[in-house]
Amino acid sequence: MTDPILQIKDLTAGYADSSTPVIKHLNYTLNRGDFLSIVGENGVGKTTLMKTILRQLKPESGSISYYPDDHAVHIGYVPQFRNIDGEYPLSIRDFVALNLTGFKLPWLSQSERQKVTEMLERTGLKHLANRPMGQASGGEKQKAYLAQALIEEPDLLILDESTASLDPISKNDLLDLVLEINQKFGLTVIFVTHDIALAKKYTQKFLMLTPGKFIQGDSADLSTEEIWGMMEAHV
Amino acid sequence: MFRFEFMQNAFLAGTIIAILCGVIGVFVIARNMSFLTHTLSEIGFAGASFGVFMSWPPLNGMILFTTISSIIVGQLSVKQERRENVISAISALFIGLGILFLSLSNKNASYATNILFGSVIGIGQSDVIQISALSVVVLAVIFVIYRYLKFDSFDPIGAQVRGVNKTLLSIVFLILLAFSVSVAAQIVGSLLIFILLTIPAAVAKYFARTVGGMMTLAVGIALFGVWVGLYLSYLTNLPVSFFIATIEAALYLVALASKRWLKTE
Ligand SMILES: Nc1ncnc2c1ncn2[C@@H]1O[C@H](COP(=O)(O)OP(=O)(O)OP(=O)(O)O)[C@@H](O)[C@H]1O
Ligand SMILES: [Mg+2]
Repeated sequence: MTDPILQIKDLTAGYADSSTPVIKHLNYTLNRGDFLSIVGENGVGKTTLMKTILRQLKPESGSISYYPDDHAVHIGYVPQFRNIDGEYPLSIRDFVALNLTGFKLPWLSQSERQKVTEMLERTGLKHLANRPMGQASGGEKQKAYLAQALIEEPDLLILDESTASLDPISKNDLLDLVLEINQKFGLTVIFVTHDIALAKKYTQKFLMLTPGKFIQGDSADLSTEEIWGMMEAHV
Repeated sequence: MFRFEFMQNAFLAGTIIAILCGVIGVFVIARNMSFLTHTLSEIGFAGASFGVFMSWPPLNGMILFTTISSIIVGQLSVKQERRENVISAISALFIGLGILFLSLSNKNASYATNILFGSVIGIGQSDVIQISALSVVVLAVIFVIYRYLKFDSFDPIGAQVRGVNKTLLSIVFLILLAFSVSVAAQIVGSLLIFILLTIPAAVAKYFARTVGGMMTLAVGIALFGVWVGLYLSYLTNLPVSFFIATIEAALYLVALASKRWLKTE
């Protein structure tokens, strides 16, 4: 039944210029179609773990295996921080299309243009397609980031605190959309968040990072308060 | 004025250079490389003097020096914070070398003036061919890597996440920039290259709505400056680089002012 997309084995990872690794001896198997939330306090290593999964950081020891093989897994990542110069003439449509890369003609083909339009429609950005990225609101930007990540049809989508700056309605909108793609197309999702209630509402599984320990569980088995309690017990 | 062959050559070369500078300039602005472009002009001066010293055409010396130093800069300073210091150190070294080679080569002062300020009369038919060939190569490479370059220039974090090879891309771009600097120096001189490479795109940034629009507008502004500059230079017999610099700088100030004015309205 289980169909792993990535398997983390005894992973120790961090930054070369600091003495102690951030992540120590983590084991976790993520299955295809999972919607996993990752919770944990500031600085515990959530973003570091995501960067290691993205292969931007090399494991110090242990490994991450991807299935069916290393090159077959496309990962879409919506990073926690982004710097887009607000003065550039880059519309939301332009921004989303940036991720259609390759040694191709500078301009988009008919089918690529259609793909961008469909993605804008899906993410509720169609009426804002020509608005410069610099003028988009925080929530509109997050939707644009999501649309950009989704346009190259990833197998695994990583959202690193993408909902942190959104109002409750936009939070739900964004996650409803991700959930729909997760359910319809089997997109695997990792959702890094501090909002345990939101994690519980949308994800089946959670992985909690604490300074000394990793706790995994099914979101449905525990109440929000119980999950909070577990986190507090390990700080 | 097109009766004179040197004016035909100057217009042809100027037109090609303006197109090249408008296109490259968009990425120079987006990648925050105005400072490096300025320094590459100085390095170009050293290269041209070296060319003179070796009895080569100055353009060849320029290409040699700017390309090598671009690669060094690219290797040393992939990290943004370190870049300006590395560039300053390298540029000091090269200006010193330029002065050395020029004094060793026993050429008269007017030769140095030509290198620094450009010259219209000096452009012959073979120069036009060389300038065109180099420009076409640079534009062709940009055409091929356009999508990667655009992604990395306008959304560096997104491009990194996608796994775009940033080091390779930035070295390729630096080499393209080095070629463009060397080519542009032929008409505006090495002191004022950054005028054509940065101002048109900087003005276009304020008024365009898309990246493609920014490029078209930048090319237009560069062409305007070069054409009008050449014409005025022909009429008055004053240096063309003076007119191009004045026109472009004026356009930039007008753009800034009108942007501010539009905002406060
Ligand atoms: N580039 C870096 N070099 C060295 N140390 C770093 C670097 N980036 C982060 N760290 C350190 O690694 C630890 C984990 O950081 P990380 O960004 O993974 O935390 P996080 O769980 O994502 O926190 P937050 O909830 O605030 O986003 C922190 O102690 C941080 O200071
Ligand atoms: Mg983080």
